[in-house]
Amino acid sequence: MEIIFFYLVALVAVVSGFLVIRCQSPVNSALGLVNTFFCLAIFYVMLHAPFMAAIQIMVYAGAIMVLILFVIMLLNLGTEARKSYTHGIVWSAIASLLVLCNVIYFIKRGRVTGAEGDITDFTVQSVGHVELIGKTMFTEFLLPFEIASILLLVAIVGAVVLAKKEV
Amino acid sequence: MISVYHYMTVSAILFAMGTYGVLTRRNAIVIFMCIELMLNSVNLTFIALSNHLQSMDGQIFVFFVMTVAAAEAAVGLALMIAFYRNRESIDVDNINLMKL
Repeated sequence: MEIIFFYLVALVAVVSGFLVIRCQSPVNSALGLVNTFFCLAIFYVMLHAPFMAAIQIMVYAGAIMVLILFVIMLLNLGTEARKSYTHGIVWSAIASLLVLCNVIYFIKRGRVTGAEGDITDFTVQSVGHVELIGKTMFTEFLLPFEIASILLLVAIVGAVVLAKKEV
Repeated sequence: MISVYHYMTVSAILFAMGTYGVLTRRNAIVIFMCIELMLNSVNLTFIALSNHLQSMDGQIFVFFVMTVAAAEAAVGLALMIAFYRNRESIDVDNINLMKL
């Protein structure tokens, strides 16, 4: 039952991803991308990471996509004129197929191993996902967390400076 | 039973599609969205592996990827607005000021 659901969600995710890269209008691409984000959020729930699913919907589908849609509407972009770049499309298809074959080959041939931690699905359900994330983030990853805040500050200043008419 | 390989295969397909979109599309915002697609497929790999290896570290990395994506969205869209003000289009073929 779970595997059928998985294949259904994966199909929807891939089809919406296809819409992102093939739709003529940027607005349709953006809506396809939102659909993909929701499918990925469903995957996160299936992987016992509910907080990540919530963040995915709030930050990606909420904030970033609204920003992108806002800019599309602001610039009033119509459908892009499709020029005949046949050789470009062929080379891009070859490049992306190479990427796909490479990754699929490694997934098929390799076996995923690594240093296993002690956080099982049962721990996540009994302690709570947010608490586990918070503990890890504010102990082991405290310095990257602080650096991320500086990165966001730089992004705010940079966006304001770039979008202003004259500095 | 769903294994980690299922999730990684979906992620690989999404990543390849994002690559194709980045290489073929002309509209800068659509290229931007394709990059977001690739970032999200990497996020899916991180969370699948974090679940498989029973560790929290992968999900923290997803957190930072999301932070970088948000910063990138803000700066990238500001760049596009600045470019549109100069050229009246955001077609990447018109971005050739620094070409020799």
